Amino acid sequence: MTDDVAPTALATDVLTGGRTTEVVSGKRRSKTGTHVFLIVICATWIFPLAWTLYTSLRPFGDTAKLGYVSIGGTYNFDNFVNAAKGMDLWLHLFDTLIVVVPAMVIVLFLASMLAFAVSRYSFRFNLALLMLFTAGNLLPQQIVITPLFRMYLALPLFQPLSDNGLWYDQFFGIIAIHVAFQLGFCSFVLANYFRQLPKELTEAALMDGASVWRTYRSVLLPLARPALAALATLEFTWIYNDFFWGILLLRTGSKFPITSALNNLSGQFFTNYNLLAAGALLAALPTLIVYFALQKQFVAGLTLGSTKG
Amino acid sequence: MTVASPQPVPPYAPPFDSGGASATAPGRRRGRRFSVLTRRDRLTIGLMVGIPAFVHIMLIWIPALGSVILSFTSWNGIGGLDKIKWIGLKNYENLINVYQPFWPAVQHNLLWLAVFLFIATPLGMLMAVVLDQNIRGTRIYQSVLYMPVVLSLAVVGFVWQLMYSPGQGFLNNFLEWVTGDPRWVTPGTAIDWIGTKGLNLAAVLVAASWRHVGYIMVLYLAGLKSVDNSLREAAAIDGANSRQTFFRVVFPVLAPINVVVLVVTIIESLRAFDIVYVTNKGLNGLELLSVLIVTNLLGEASLVGFGSAIAVVLLLISIGPIVFYLYRTMRSQT
Repeated sequence: MTDDVAPTALATDVLTGGRTTEVVSGKRRSKTGTHVFLIVICATWIFPLAWTLYTSLRPFGDTAKLGYVSIGGTYNFDNFVNAAKGMDLWLHLFDTLIVVVPAMVIVLFLASMLAFAVSRYSFRFNLALLMLFTAGNLLPQQIVITPLFRMYLALPLFQPLSDNGLWYDQFFGIIAIHVAFQLGFCSFVLANYFRQLPKELTEAALMDGASVWRTYRSVLLPLARPALAALATLEFTWIYNDFFWGILLLRTGSKFPITSALNNLSGQFFTNYNLLAAGALLAALPTLIVYFALQKQFVAGLTLGSTKG
Repeated sequence: MTVASPQPVPPYAPPFDSGGASATAPGRRRGRRFSVLTRRDRLTIGLMVGIPAFVHIMLIWIPALGSVILSFTSWNGIGGLDKIKWIGLKNYENLINVYQPFWPAVQHNLLWLAVFLFIATPLGMLMAVVLDQNIRGTRIYQSVLYMPVVLSLAVVGFVWQLMYSPGQGFLNNFLEWVTGDPRWVTPGTAIDWIGTKGLNLAAVLVAASWRHVGYIMVLYLAGLKSVDNSLREAAAIDGANSRQTFFRVVFPVLAPINVVVLVVTIIESLRAFDIVYVTNKGLNGLELLSVLIVTNLLGEASLVGFGSAIAVVLLLISIGPIVFYLYRTMRSQT
């Protein structure tokens, strides 16, 4: 991102450099002000997370004795170990990934096909279809939940995909609803992306006698790799972070995604907040890792959707 | 994006070209282009469009339509569809006149929207404008502001419980530490941030805004980067200061992204659910329309028809911004 900024920054510097020195010194002073402002805001912003981390490293006994706002006592990872045990971390991480990975792959596959067809071949309902998808993706999920819940209780599903013969209480059902909802955003972004590629690419393939499938598979899909990578990062976080579908369309406790499993750590009468802090951080860790490792992709994904370029 | 909310409401750019290839190719070429395709190719295209469309319509639009139909019926979900009784507008009458949590929920949703619209979103935009000025370390600042956005709202809810808990939370313990008065953390005299009506809504809104600001910041920053710098230079040469440049030049040019930000903000505040639900299941001052739908569905009585009526109210409210957005998109096509 810094690389992108550089050229424009250069242009501004050249421009202001030509002005009087007063302006330059004024600029410098206001820059210090800006940094102070930003540091204050960022310190405020990071504080809740820093506090969570600090609390999670201290045993409950120490904070009870010394008070929460204090320094001293022991610092260790015991809370993390206990939280991982208490919330069945590995089981629920598995539950989450068994939904997130297939949902992400399927949604990107379907969306790329739709986007390819819509952007490369014109037919009458082209635009109307994209509109429908966009509108559907913007609907609040709660609007569909009541009939969807009933549908899931009524729709049959065969053995390997379902252990009770229904869509309800199955990973398959959760994957399906994620795919349905996320299709809107992904096809929109990919359709925009495909339109920017020169149309000669597909025409040449067509002239060479390649089938539509071949054109999609061997010409456009490889070119879409950057967009797909950006969307995958974004979709991973969004689906991983889901809480709503998990609590409504699943019943068996051992199938709950990690975000819902966090609830197991807060007791009915007494909650150990040091333990809860560790649990919340453990649940957030995968998304934080993805974010820090793939920040560029992450921002690119949003940018693809919100600006044309 | 998502929603935030479950998933953040994703950002969409209004101006996209329709018809793809046909944007450059005149309509007459359409037939020729299609005639090149074999029957198998046409089938492929049909499936490429048909399968995603089927999944999307079956799981989103049919249930949405179902909510509308069920809202005119009384059904507790037990027994088959033949047990559904038509009761006309009765659910809506009860909703408006009898059901007590309804109006508070509407108010809370509106307040949520107001806070997002007038505080969180402008703050996010401000941060974007500040960070756009080629500042050293801008990436670090951006990462910090954006970090809450990658957390799930459920985790956000838990993180803020560590701030608000009366006995163990940071706020009260800090007040005790500053004043030396143990009453700040003693049950009974301690402020119960989550348990007190009014206070809890403010507390949750702070937490939700904490996340919303970063989201808007990233969206707007992307928009600002796309503004042609020669516009700013021209304004500077004409003697405009940075405030004038932003409000008179940059802001109007960013009309499309402003629409995105506006729609994202509205939909996010209508979708608000998770953070309230993990805090106290949306009771005692934290009622929202989205929560009432779920309570009626999962409640002992499972009032499917009644819950659907609330869903329709939410649908009607969200259709406004969605149609506005689609209209803007359509208009920029032609």
